Amino acid sequence: MAAADAAVADAAVGDAAVGEHGGHGHVTSTGMSNEKLAMWTFLGSECLLFGALISTYFLYRHGKYEGILPREIYDIPFTSISSFVLLMSSLTMVLALAAIQRGDGRRLRVWLLATALLGATFVAGQVYEFTSFIREGMTIKTNPAASAFYTLTGFHGVHVTLGIVMLLSLWNLSIRGKLPRERSEVVEIAGLYWHFVDIVWIVIFTVIYLIP
Amino acid sequence: MSGPAATEAQHVLHEEEHAHPTEGVYIRIAVILAVLTAIEVGLYYTDFGEKLTNSVLLVLAAGKFVLVAGYFMHLKFDSRILRRLFATGFVLAVAVYIAYLMTLGIFV
Repeated sequence: MAAADAAVADAAVGDAAVGEHGGHGHVTSTGMSNEKLAMWTFLGSECLLFGALISTYFLYRHGKYEGILPREIYDIPFTSISSFVLLMSSLTMVLALAAIQRGDGRRLRVWLLATALLGATFVAGQVYEFTSFIREGMTIKTNPAASAFYTLTGFHGVHVTLGIVMLLSLWNLSIRGKLPRERSEVVEIAGLYWHFVDIVWIVIFTVIYLIP
Repeated sequence: MSGPAATEAQHVLHEEEHAHPTEGVYIRIAVILAVLTAIEVGLYYTDFGEKLTNSVLLVLAAGKFVLVAGYFMHLKFDSRILRRLFATGFVLAVAVYIAYLMTLGIFV
């Protein structure tokens, strides 16, 4: 752990030429890193994916089908707490980025771990929600509205899970001293993905759960 | 403007684009997001009429969206190219799917 901190500190000292937020000294035609540009392009395309899933739910949610409809069994207080947990994980993620940008490896790991734990709490909440819905008789095969609901929220849950894997990988890299300040952009790019997942949930929570 | 002056101006512009907020700002944004979420949940349990409630809920969600994208994802501070890239995907998605749903009789 001490070796990791020393590596971060060394990189911070030798990083003066890179600027206040290490990792931005890019020599590309756009003046920014291709990796960051690629992540933003990917996130733009993800809007279309989640747009399709949300639209499909809209299409089926008021249909006259047999069996329980998702809106009949939502547990709003529980989902509100899950939403709050995911929102706060965006704060811890951005605090992790701030930590690496000032060369504080220990706080970087604390915030990365906190973000992963909050994300895991959200996913656990989703597993609990799915389990209770299935117990009440709404499975993915019950009707098209249920299928669309499980597909949408399930896809989102998979995205959160992939984000947790990313965060734990970064935490592992930092522990081994392979995530110095000059590589802060790696954390920034992972953070972009994480915040996007949060943004998608902001939309899902409002238009799927809160608007009847 | 050319030569060293132009280079210096570009350097200043580049630095400004990357001047991310402080931790204090991040915490204030998180508090605002929490309050907006609490208001949303509160609205769900009140009865101001469906249209008004839904409109306010959508405005609150849009506000949360902008705060996270602007401050946590640094779109407010980073290059305009990134803003345009993301906005293109988002606007395209909203336009395409609203048009699609309207052709199927949803929202009409």
